[in-house]
Amino acid sequence: MNEVVPASVPVDGLLSVAWLVIVLPLAGAALLLLGGRRTDRWGHLLATGTVVAAFAVALACTLALTERAGRTVSLDLFTFIDTGNLDVTAGLLFDPLSAVFALLITGVGALIHVYSIGYMAHDPGRRRFFAYLNLFVAAMLLLVLGNSYVALYVGWEGVGLASYLLIAFWHTRPAAATAAKKAFLMNRVGDVGLALAIFLMFAQLGTTSYAGVFGSVGLLAGGTVTAIGLLLLLGACGKSGQFPLQAWLPDAMEGPTPVSALIHAATMVTAGVYLIARSAPVYDATPTARTVVLAVGAVTLLIGAIAGCAHDDIKKVLAYSTVSQIGYMFLAVGLGPVGYAAAIAHLLAHGFFKAGLFLGAGSVMHAMDDSVDMRRFGGLARKLPITFVTFGLGYLALIGFPFLSGWWTKDAIIEVALDRGGWSGWVLGGVAVLGAGLTAFYMTRLMLMTFFGRPRWEEGVHPHEAPASMTAPMVLLAFGSVAAGFLLVAAFPLSGWLEPVFGEPEEAAHLVSPLVVSIVVTVVVALGALTAWLFVGRREVPTTAPARVSPVVTAARRGLYADTINESLVMRPGVWLTRALVWLDARGVDGAVNGAAAALGGGSARLGRAQTGFVRSYALGILGGAVLVAGALVAVTA
Amino acid sequence: MTITNYLVLAAILFTIGAVGVLVRRNAIVVFMCIELMLNSVNLTLITFARSTGTVEGQVIALFVMVVAAAEVVIGLAIIMSIYRTRRSASVDDVNLLKY
Repeated sequence: MNEVVPASVPVDGLLSVAWLVIVLPLAGAALLLLGGRRTDRWGHLLATGTVVAAFAVALACTLALTERAGRTVSLDLFTFIDTGNLDVTAGLLFDPLSAVFALLITGVGALIHVYSIGYMAHDPGRRRFFAYLNLFVAAMLLLVLGNSYVALYVGWEGVGLASYLLIAFWHTRPAAATAAKKAFLMNRVGDVGLALAIFLMFAQLGTTSYAGVFGSVGLLAGGTVTAIGLLLLLGACGKSGQFPLQAWLPDAMEGPTPVSALIHAATMVTAGVYLIARSAPVYDATPTARTVVLAVGAVTLLIGAIAGCAHDDIKKVLAYSTVSQIGYMFLAVGLGPVGYAAAIAHLLAHGFFKAGLFLGAGSVMHAMDDSVDMRRFGGLARKLPITFVTFGLGYLALIGFPFLSGWWTKDAIIEVALDRGGWSGWVLGGVAVLGAGLTAFYMTRLMLMTFFGRPRWEEGVHPHEAPASMTAPMVLLAFGSVAAGFLLVAAFPLSGWLEPVFGEPEEAAHLVSPLVVSIVVTVVVALGALTAWLFVGRREVPTTAPARVSPVVTAARRGLYADTINESLVMRPGVWLTRALVWLDARGVDGAVNGAAAALGGGSARLGRAQTGFVRSYALGILGGAVLVAGALVAVTA
Repeated sequence: MTITNYLVLAAILFTIGAVGVLVRRNAIVVFMCIELMLNSVNLTLITFARSTGTVEGQVIALFVMVVAAAEVVIGLAIIMSIYRTRRSASVDDVNLLKY
């Protein structure tokens, strides 16, 4: 792990224009936003075109990258900040890690742009939607392609902005506006952590480029490295919806469904995993921060899975599932070098099947007049055959059905967790296996309530299959859901491809044989699915949620009281503090200032009375003054 | 011949002038009292100039006279115009300029 960032080789040929990947969607966004109504008719096609072109460039660059020694290319573009000791060069780092991310973002992004053409066909704000979507893709690409933490931060804030704009896309709906504000604020908490980490790097190392930071991280005091690691983790938690900042992600589902698929499932929320994986050398130097990452991942994967079991809103279930799956990724990156490749593999596979699931959910909503209540679905398998099949494949991939994506990538994480050894290995492995069972439960519940059973549709709903522009991306993503795991783990091992970033993959000595792990996980998953069938499939689903439920279900419905905790621990004290400060300001500061002014005014008014208009009294005053001065002079000289 | 006599005389003149300014109401009398005070100061200046053998005191006394002459011109003009409008030369009647 010493030679983390190989010395870059001079860049020529195709890779020297790698910046086109970012510039294309950015230009699309600028054109659509500045062009105004003139671009209404063809704006969505242009936006889709820019992302497809960006995907083509990214693919070509990745292919060119495979032929280069070291598989790492650093591009210096221009001087961003140059003042005193502060020298920030804007540049790109194109290495195996950023390449797979660029492919995921542009690939899934392009599919979701195509899907949105159908999904947003009748929306009056279509041009604005596509402009924001392009802006998001550009910012996300900058986030993963930047060669320094400052470049990453610019992209980081860019995706935060795009996420805010897109969650609040239907801003006339109060729920959407509130959810956007909540997402923005909770992200801000995380961003403060990231910003502080960058300040620390500036102060301690004088540089924020990955090469510079990773090269000299060994020179820092242990406490400083741990602080940087924990602050980076705070940023990652905010962006990725991890404990304790997970509450914004389910609410973010107020945005249009393609946004949920692209930003809040496949790409942006995995930025935290990217950040931690990219900062691997920092975490290598601080076991404390790495252990915290591990704990955050384990806690979040359970919270997400438990909360997902009790919700009736199809998108919220998927959102909690996202929270839980990203918990798996955090768990894996927290395990250290053995887990990085597993985390990235799960991230990519998750990008495929979760985007596919969200697009399927969008198709269901499209058919059900934008309803998201699973209790009013049911029996949709026959009405929406393509959606059913693609959604079903995504579902099987997510729960880890043997030989589909999730089976390869999730089992890899569970194996790595168990390989940690000791009691912590057993706890983490147990949590991961339990999470897999819960995942099977809530996803099977979702499948049964949506596609099986008796129709419980509301009056006047006539489900119909979505147009081809929507089903085609779903089909492609379904292929990805089926094959991605096999391709990434077995056919073209990701750990080998990522070797220039994370070093040689270690051949782990398995404490528990992979076959046993696989059998146990599959059994647990089957049990979870069976339980769901016993609860939901075997009997009639009531159209309104039962009110008399156990405390566990109530807790799960309320997301394990995350909002309540945030409100009572942070929001209310904040409100109190604000009120106290306002009171202090009004009474203390304003009181002192106003009081001084009033005293001066009143005093002057009284003193003014001495000005009687009688000349002789003035003369007396002058005389008295003169006598005083003369007396004083005499007293001083005497 | 000591300077004490001159200084005491000057002090007496100054006091008479000051008391006159404070107690008299007629503007002309007040005015004359001011002149008395000015001249008592002049006397003091001259006394000290003579006793120390320098000329500065005498020069200042000349200045005071010039200024007093100018002041008399303006002061009398003001008193005249006040008398024309108010038919009174009492300083207590001219008390509109106040708080």
